[in-house]
Amino acid sequence: MIAAPSNRITATFARLRRQGEKALIPYIMAGDPSLAETETLVVALEKAGADLIELGVPFSDPIADGPVIQKAAERALRTGTSLRGILQSVKSLRTRTQVPLILMTYYNTIMAMGDRAFCDAAVRAGVDGVIIPDMPPEEADSLQRASAEKGPCLIFLLAPTSTTARKAEVIKRTSGFIYYVSITGITGAKLRDRDSIKRNVRAIQKKAGKPVAVGFGIATPDDARQIAAFSDGVIVGSALVRKIEELQHSTDLVTEISRFTAELKAALSDSC
Amino acid sequence: MARTSVKQSRFGEYGGQYVPETLMPAILELEKVYAKVRHDPSFQKEFQDCLRQYVGRPTPLYFAKQLTRRLGGAKIYLKREDLCHTGAHKINNTVGQALLTKRMKKRRVIAETGAGQHGVAVATIAAMFGLEAEVYMGTEDMARQALNVFRMRLLGATVTGVDAGSRTLKDAISEAMRDWTTNVRTTHYLLGSVLGAHPYPMMIRDFQSVIGREARRQIMAAEGTLPHCLVACVGGGSNSIGLFYPFIKDTRTQMVGVEAGGMGLTSGKHAARFAGGVPGVLHGTMTYLLQDRHGQISSTHSVSAGLDYPAVGPEHAMHHDSGRVQYTSATDQEALEAFDLLSQEEGIIPALESAHAVAEVVKRAPTMKKNQILIMNLSGRGDKDVDQVAQMRGIQF
Repeated sequence: MIAAPSNRITATFARLRRQGEKALIPYIMAGDPSLAETETLVVALEKAGADLIELGVPFSDPIADGPVIQKAAERALRTGTSLRGILQSVKSLRTRTQVPLILMTYYNTIMAMGDRAFCDAAVRAGVDGVIIPDMPPEEADSLQRASAEKGPCLIFLLAPTSTTARKAEVIKRTSGFIYYVSITGITGAKLRDRDSIKRNVRAIQKKAGKPVAVGFGIATPDDARQIAAFSDGVIVGSALVRKIEELQHSTDLVTEISRFTAELKAALSDSC
Repeated sequence: MARTSVKQSRFGEYGGQYVPETLMPAILELEKVYAKVRHDPSFQKEFQDCLRQYVGRPTPLYFAKQLTRRLGGAKIYLKREDLCHTGAHKINNTVGQALLTKRMKKRRVIAETGAGQHGVAVATIAAMFGLEAEVYMGTEDMARQALNVFRMRLLGATVTGVDAGSRTLKDAISEAMRDWTTNVRTTHYLLGSVLGAHPYPMMIRDFQSVIGREARRQIMAAEGTLPHCLVACVGGGSNSIGLFYPFIKDTRTQMVGVEAGGMGLTSGKHAARFAGGVPGVLHGTMTYLLQDRHGQISSTHSVSAGLDYPAVGPEHAMHHDSGRVQYTSATDQEALEAFDLLSQEEGIIPALESAHAVAEVVKRAPTMKKNQILIMNLSGRGDKDVDQVAQMRGIQF
């Protein structure tokens, strides 16, 4: 299987590596509280130190997500957010920012559009990568064929339960980076057993020759510092989404989210 | 990768294994363990013994004389799954999966339930096999099936209410999958219908096929001929595929699956996936789904909690496309009338799920010849629904 052509994701990880830095990858739910605010937040996140940004595509039945992200998806769906709407927002964002943008979406929203139509529309809009939590390598052939030529990058996940054979398969198929799920669990769960995360990440890095970013359970600058010490980047989702939930009606939304992002970025700089 | 061929995990283009990476090793282990026991005589003997001694199989194939006379057409036989221990076919599958859980050396099972019948079957079998059980149930379903909630707790299971989304079966499955993702090393997900990632739809169909194998033997003994028509209700589709599967190659036997028509197909408030759904992916499998054009899963409605689900088993999707099985629906109203009819004609109170199949028999039997034979799967008994039906009729106890 041919990996998708390199793009902003690969370039960003290469630049960070040269500078001896680790990637901060915040996750926000697109359309929470509205797509206009999502666009504002993306620009603010980049300014505050985000190196890549994950945009959640809301889905009615998010089986890999904990209550914080489930509720964010419900809020986004209530205001009519759709994958097509999100691609419009990405397109409009591309006049303002070149930060790598990655969609995290369940497969059904892609399938409803069609694999080929989705890949074409995503690349045209300026999406760099896609993470699909309910699409293991076993079911990825069709989408991988559709994305092989022009992208977007398909970013696969590995988990603490992944066997050696599965690690090899994911390493072969993933493009951009590998998403290592820190815990056996859902998003927003508590981080545990940092030593075993470290062992697993190191083992994957040794075989992969591709960046490994760690997500699930990273909630504080301290978590981020510890995990960044041995990985290529950290993904912070539920902690950020919870703050957005608390501040959704506040005029301080953007300021506060920027402040938290800057704290996370500062913590990453300490870890290098 | 040590991958079984794509074909094996699918029914035509449907099925597959759309689950998070964290679960994939457990799914592959289940696939391996099940492949091993599928043709293992010692496992099959243990399974059959348990079905005979604990579940009470074989269940009768009962000639419904009064109903036949009343409808004035085909000879109607009822496969009496309502006489299984716990009152529905659901227990057949739980016995099989509990034996597998033991072989995988897991101590805890989790399950989803809609009407509560699968939850009760899981709680029952967990008590008997000494397993810890936790059952997820939408809070809306808990309200309409309060008796089954109490039964599960009586049997020692933990019942956890799910307050997300539509608070019904679909949300209970999502929550069970989240639990499984978190506790996958110690826990087996004892899924209740022919849904989810491979090998679940195939394995559960195998466990439920005992229904059709018995019915085939029984009708040959009683009539010396194969039935002309089989009728069963279709939620996820386990009782129907269990009846149909052993007859699939008997091309002269027609098969009819009855979905929940809710308040009518034009009302939008139903669970008839083949009447309004398109292929998509939900809860690990590719199949027909009720969804909007953006791929968001629709809310469903049925008077029967067990049929109130937006997806249908992938094997049914294949049979739908090939035309081997004909799918139709019965409305809430038709099911409620059939509920009364069977109670009064035969002295059998059917589950509201099974009453959808009765409603189809009411439409179909009169159009058939008197020497033709129809077998309907009476998948469960209606005791659990008596309270709900009384309430709908304004009767307070």
